Amino acid sequence: MEDAVVVKDLTRVFGDFVAVDRVSFSVKRGEIFGFLGPNGAGKSTTIRMLNGILMPTSGQAHVLGFDIYTQVDRIKENIGYMSQKFSLYDDLKVIENIEFYGGIYQVAKQKRQQRYEWALRMAGLTDKREAITGALAVGWKQRLALGCALLHEPQVLFLDEPTSGVDPKSRRDFWDLIGEIADRGTTVFVTTHYMDEAEHCDRLGLIYRARLITIGTPEELKYGSMPGTVVEVEASDPVRAADLVRNVNGVLEAAVFGANLHVVVRDKKEGIRTISRVLAGAAIEVTSIRPIEPSLEDVFVSLIRSEDLADENGARDAAGS
Amino acid sequence: MKIRRIRAVTRKEWKQIIRDTRSLMLSLGIPMLLIVLFSWALKLDVSNIKTLVLDRDKTSTSRAYIERFAHIEYFSIIGYTDKYSEIIGCIDAGEVKAAIVIPKGFGADLKAGRGAEVQLIADGTDPLTAQVLVGYVSAITAVFSQEYILQALSRAGVTVGKTPLDAQVRVWFNPELESKNFIIPGLIAVIMMVIAGLLTSLTIAREWERGTMEQLISTPVKVSELLIGKLIPYVELGLIDFVLALLVGTLIFGVPLKGSILLLFVMTIVFLVGAMSLGLLISIVAKKQVLASQMAILITFLPAFIMSGFVFPISNMPLVLKAITYLVSARYFVTILKGIFLKGVGVSILWAEGILLLVFTGVILMAALRIFKKEL
Repeated sequence: MEDAVVVKDLTRVFGDFVAVDRVSFSVKRGEIFGFLGPNGAGKSTTIRMLNGILMPTSGQAHVLGFDIYTQVDRIKENIGYMSQKFSLYDDLKVIENIEFYGGIYQVAKQKRQQRYEWALRMAGLTDKREAITGALAVGWKQRLALGCALLHEPQVLFLDEPTSGVDPKSRRDFWDLIGEIADRGTTVFVTTHYMDEAEHCDRLGLIYRARLITIGTPEELKYGSMPGTVVEVEASDPVRAADLVRNVNGVLEAAVFGANLHVVVRDKKEGIRTISRVLAGAAIEVTSIRPIEPSLEDVFVSLIRSEDLADENGARDAAGS
Repeated sequence: MKIRRIRAVTRKEWKQIIRDTRSLMLSLGIPMLLIVLFSWALKLDVSNIKTLVLDRDKTSTSRAYIERFAHIEYFSIIGYTDKYSEIIGCIDAGEVKAAIVIPKGFGADLKAGRGAEVQLIADGTDPLTAQVLVGYVSAITAVFSQEYILQALSRAGVTVGKTPLDAQVRVWFNPELESKNFIIPGLIAVIMMVIAGLLTSLTIAREWERGTMEQLISTPVKVSELLIGKLIPYVELGLIDFVLALLVGTLIFGVPLKGSILLLFVMTIVFLVGAMSLGLLISIVAKKQVLASQMAILITFLPAFIMSGFVFPISNMPLVLKAITYLVSARYFVTILKGIFLKGVGVSILWAEGILLLVFTGVILMAALRIFKKEL
């Protein structure tokens, strides 16, 4: 079966600002695809173009085989979308919002009642069906929005930062829900800027400054896309230690993570030896130094750093020529 | 187009209208308030004009002349004076609107057949009243002088019997020349325009502002389904307003409704759909509620008030303005309402206005459907 989403060189320009720059990727059917990146990187712009509510400047994209330029209506019939900002009607009751979207999506008459009850149950709002939506807590609103976006049993679900502004407990519950939805065969395309959430995804794309930097499963990203090894150093003065280590030959990257220091070294053994020597020379006490499995955050910090470096070099080259 | 989706939108809009109690009360209350205020305040009838009399003649003839003013409701003689300067003072202070000055020798001149003069001083700061006033005084004076001639003739032995030429004036359609009779039908048209424009000008802009539009445009709902679904509840609300205005106008203010009620409602629906579509169009273009409501006032209220022929007669306008009035749908509706209310005329007379109204409505609705894009 063809991929649920196929994107090639998708670009969107707002005036002088390139929001999405020649992005290409594809999303397999039934997977949870995470679009990870800092705010303003182009996540929402991409998701909106795929939903048919924002026209691309150039490039191609197909959702479920339908062209985003010419078959927008077909796409909209088969997808569910939850925008970043809560966008149901605050002045309607919970059940009225569900009924409205049930009508808009033309849920078949014999299925309607069952779908409405399903949405209420899924959102945990069965007891609050008559409550005014505006009075609900953010976590509940999000689940209601999710319920409304799923009333017509779409094949692809687009979620734009579904957990922003939601407390940690609700976030975890929400991701459990997303997992259940994907288990039933729905393709989920989700954007987030929370690194920990990225671990829930089957595959991830990292978007940074309008460009897709890398794509792969969390494991592939952790072990494949990082040049070198991450070494965790417990030192008495991590901030000063980071500054000292950063300029040493063979060290690619050094950053403070909590109370510790994460250093990316080109060679594991060689690197550990060098770090120990440099820190000992500066009279910094090292309690432990060991190679660790890189977190996604390590990966992204390192990738973003090298991307920035490449940009700077590019700019310098351009200025020099 | 799917009826079910239109119905879903309509139901949702009605729920939102009803739940927003304050706006609902305003949209039902403001028309009533406007009708009551305008009907009382915009009284164009001239009556009980405060008048001061300076009688320098003080003969039975001059008293007989003054007597003529005392018995008509148009005038109210509030006093007599001996000094011309007092007249100036009273007019300056706004205490009187008019003064009648009878010169010395008035009676004697008339008797001698030399011809006499009276002076009317009118406060021209209120030109409408002054104009009517001059007309009344001229008429009263003409009748007085005619009767004087007839008396003189009969004394001389000539019998004319009756007034030789008597203009029997009949004012049709509004026999008492009551201004409320023509103000209220016109006012209903203007109010409908304002309410329609204001109500719908917010509805799309609000969804953009609150972000609910982003969700809506990601669904398969068609532009036509969305706009028609939004129009229906507001047209219904507009019709409720219209019925209320109709009841207040006819039952409380006693404006006659001579024509067909069916025709009245058909025309009103056509007009409301057009006016509401114009509001939607404004809302689509503005995308912000504040801007939309300002535009609505500029585009619907002002032209409807100034250029519909409601206050200022179109026939007196300069050519350019006259041409522009053809774009103001309230113009046709004012004519239609006055025709149905006061003249009781039907389709055979009002067809042209009806067609133009239909064209206006069609064009605006099409424009709204065309311009609205399901895109961010």
